[in-house]
Order: sequence, then C-alpha cells, then structure tokens
Amino acid sequence: MDTNWDLLRPVLFTSVQETLVMVTVTVLIAGVVGLLLGAALYAARPGNLLEQPVVFAVLNIVVNIVRPVPFIIFITAVGPVTLALVGTTIGTGAAVFPMVLMASVVIGRVVEQNLVGVDPGVVEAARSAGAGRLRTLFGIVVPEALGPLILGYTFMFIAIVDMSAMVGVVGGGGLGNFAIMYGYQQFDWAVTLVTVVVIIVFVQVAQAVGNWLAARVLRR
Amino acid sequence: MTSDIPHPHVRFVDVVKEYPGRRRLFGLRAGSPDTAHRALDTVTFDIPRGSVLGVVGYSGAGKSTLVRLINALETPTSGSVVVDGTDLTRLGEARLQKVRRGSGMVFQHFNLFASRTVAGNVAYPLRVAGRPRAEVEARVAELLEFVGLADKARSYPSQLSGGQKQRVGIARALAGAPTLLLADEATSALDPETTAEILRLLTRINEEFGTTVVVITHEMAVVREICDSVVVMDGGRVVEHSSAYDVFAAPKTDAGRSFVATASKGAPTPEALQRLRERYPGTIVTVRIDDSFGSPDVTRILDRHGVTGTVVYGDVAEVQNRPLGTLTYELTGESEAVAAAAAALADGGRATTLAVAGADEVAA
Repeated sequence: MDTNWDLLRPVLFTSVQETLVMVTVTVLIAGVVGLLLGAALYAARPGNLLEQPVVFAVLNIVVNIVRPVPFIIFITAVGPVTLALVGTTIGTGAAVFPMVLMASVVIGRVVEQNLVGVDPGVVEAARSAGAGRLRTLFGIVVPEALGPLILGYTFMFIAIVDMSAMVGVVGGGGLGNFAIMYGYQQFDWAVTLVTVVVIIVFVQVAQAVGNWLAARVLRR
Repeated sequence: MTSDIPHPHVRFVDVVKEYPGRRRLFGLRAGSPDTAHRALDTVTFDIPRGSVLGVVGYSGAGKSTLVRLINALETPTSGSVVVDGTDLTRLGEARLQKVRRGSGMVFQHFNLFASRTVAGNVAYPLRVAGRPRAEVEARVAELLEFVGLADKARSYPSQLSGGQKQRVGIARALAGAPTLLLADEATSALDPETTAEILRLLTRINEEFGTTVVVITHEMAVVREICDSVVVMDGGRVVEHSSAYDVFAAPKTDAGRSFVATASKGAPTPEALQRLRERYPGTIVTVRIDDSFGSPDVTRILDRHGVTGTVVYGDVAEVQNRPLGTLTYELTGESEAVAAAAAALADGGRATTLAVAGADEVAA
C-alpha cells in the first residue's frame, strides 16, 4: 500500500510540534514541582534537615498512591479534575495536565533518591558554617547531587515522551495519536515506523545531551 | 573537675544528652524502643580560652556528641552549654546560626563541597555570613596562602590529596575568623606524615591567632603532640580532666591508662620481659623518666656504684615540652654493686627491678 506522504507530512509536522509542546511544558512545570516535592521528601524525612514526620508521611503516601497507577488509566481517572480546571479533556492543553501531575510525582521520587545519596557530612559542614536549613538544602545538597540529578531528569524526559504518546490516544494529539490514527488504524506500517524513528531520534538526542552535561558536572 | 576558671571559652554544666531509643546508632538499634540512649551523662568541665584541649575516648564514648553540642548542631537534653558567656540552650535557631559562625569545624572525612572549587569551599562561611564580595575574595586568598594552597584555588576537591583536602577543610573552618576551632578526628584518615603536617598547622593557628582548639581523637600521639589538657571520656562521662602531662605521667582511670599505653611503651609486658631476659642476662630495671629525673641522672647513679647500664627497652617523648617516658635498663657489674645501684634508683618509687641477674624468678 502506498502512503500518501504529501498528505501526511504536514500532519506529521504538526504532531511533532504538539509532542514538543507537551513534553517541554511538562518538563518545565513538573521539573520544578518535582524538584520541590523531592527536596521536601528528602528534608522532611525523620532525622533529616527539616524533620517533619507528618509531612513526610503524607507526601510519601500521596506519591505511593499516584505513582503505581498505569498512566493511561490515570489520564481517565483525573479526567473530571482536568475538565474542571482546563475546561476540556480533549486537546494538547488538556493532555498536559495529567502529564504534569504524574511527572511531578515521579520526578519527586527520583530527586528524593538522588538527594538521599548526598553525604550527610557536607550537610553538617554547611550547618556548622552557619547556613540555615533551606540554604543548606538548595545551596549545598541539591548542587552536590547535580550529576545524578541530570541523569535522573534525562531519564524522566524520556519517560515524559512516552507519556505524551499515551495522552495522544485519548485526544491529546502529538506523535502517539499520529502513529495510532494514521498507522495502526489505517494498517499503514510505514507511518508507524516513521513515528518510531522520530521518537528514537528525540530520545537519543535527549540522552546524549544528558550524558554530556552529567559528565561535565561529575568530572570536577 | 568543677568549674573554677573565671571566664572559660566553653563551659559544660551538668550536660546530659539522650537520644530516643529508636534512633539508630552506628547502624544498630541503641536500646529497646522505650529506653533512651544516654550519649553524655552529667558532663561538667571548662575549656580555657586560647588552650588546646584533647578529647579522647573509644568509639561511642560521647566525643562527637560533645563537639556537636559546642557548635550547637545538637541541643542538650538537660544542663547547659555556655560558649563565650552565652548559654546556647536558651537561643533560637537564628541566633544559633550566628553562634556557629563563631566556631570552625574540621572533619575526619573533610566534608568538602564537591560541587564547589577550593576557593568556593573556603568562601562558603563568608557567603553565608553575607560578607561583601571583595572582602570574601581577599580573605579566601589570605587563607589559601596560610594553608599553602594558593595555587589550588580553582581546583575541585576531587583533584586534591588527603592532606590537601584537610588543609582546605581547615581554611574553610578559619574563614569567619572563629575564636574556637573544633577538630573531629581531623587526622584519623591521614597517613603519619600528613598527620604531623596538619597538627603543626593546628598548633600554628593556636599560637598565631590565639584560637581555642578542641581536638577530638582516639590517638594519644595526637594529644601528646599538641594538647595542653586532656579530657578522657568513657561511657558518656568525663572520667579524667587534667593537663596533658599529668594524664601521661599518672593516668587515674582504666580508660586513661589504656589510652596512655597506646602512645608510650611503659614497662615491658611479661612476654617482652621474657624475650629481654633471653637476650640480656643482667639485672633488668625499669625507670620512670620525667623533667625532674632524666637518663643523665640514671647514668650518674650507676657511675657512682660502678655499674654499667644499657637501655634495652622503652621510650622518652616530650609532652607539653617536658620529657616523659619509661626506660628499661640492663645493669651489669659486680652483683652487690648492681643491687645497690638498683636500690638507689628505686628510692622514691621511681624504679622497679624486673629481673635479677642469675635469678630464675622474675620479680613483679
């Protein structure tokens, strides 16, 4: 079967754009929210900088409830909330909402795990130099974990590309939608293949940039 | 051990520090859930301004808790810790941060910030204190010069040797011109040569800036090298507190004795004596040496009795610039003269005859 690329090419470009928008917006918002959530999980843990056992327990439970839900089910489960906040459950804008929620939670856990690996000795050094708790957290603990954090964020970038393909299926547009609608449902394997190649390029570029940045940071 | 110095730099009064039983200590549960672990038990002592204090004790004796109370990283369960006349137990977190800037801390594993350059590490306490950039740069340059690392300002800690890392740690601790320097096992991770270098640096800081230095260590050799006074800790209590010389010359407790034994040979053990006797058939006498009685005095007494003495075991070192040690001699000569010389040496309890020439029995 011959694929009509003259017809599909503009659709592919639009899909790539939609994916890029969804991924970028999610990475930016969830990156910041996840960093704060992860830092909170790390610091609130009993025995750590801010030691807030109740806060820790609550955040921990919330993360543990959200994270294991398969994303495609999560999208539909938070549908009513998306509808209330965004006004619709269809389109790229609506798709970003569940992505940001899920990505924030997962990034939060990734950040927490990397911060836990920081030597408590440097925390003590910063504290005995007279640094406050928050200053120690964001001025010392986070920079000390920067190398692993960059790798963690690279991992999450790729996971978010994955998520973006899934929201496509339930009306979010993007490459996932493109592959299903014009590939799978039209029995056009070539379209699916092209989509896969585009996504692989995305992921490879992201991983290469992440590795390069992490190596620069870790070499010091 | 009561507080009798008029204006000590640091004063501990009946300090008790307990950790909740569930807290893990050294990876193990310390006590059952409802019993607290008492890390410090009614500790009272003073640290005079400008002195070098050694705090010795085995792992878990409470040494680290002690320093963490001085720089207010921990608060006592009861009692008070007074630094520069201020009772730390009455201060809130904001004031405590200012207090911590008045003391510098040096760590066993250096605890440098890997994400910052050498200069960035040294600058950190000054940045925290909100000093102007020009002042920070000038001070960092001065400190790196002082510790001999001016050429490493732009290096990262991972590029330095252990001794260099510790010198950065010391420069960082000195950044805010503290009047109190706390060294928690600062040389325990270093080789002997580097240890000597770091100890010289600590002595220089004490002498040039009049900084009070508290050295936490399990190495008595460190104490012998630089300390004026010693606190011996055992089971969370201060069991001995006196001048370094007195602790070395006459330790009063088992903990004190076993620590002193790690740094100086003292009299030979029964096994060592057995080997000595096989090699040296003469009479074996052990003599305590101090600043009132040195090896020339031993030689003088032996000469007077016409007896030859050879040192076969022991050591003499300086503690607080005064000689101290134990020497074991083999005495040879006419048996009556040897006995008389041994008796003369033993006069005043300074010497003990461990073995008599020709006798099978070994005297205690």
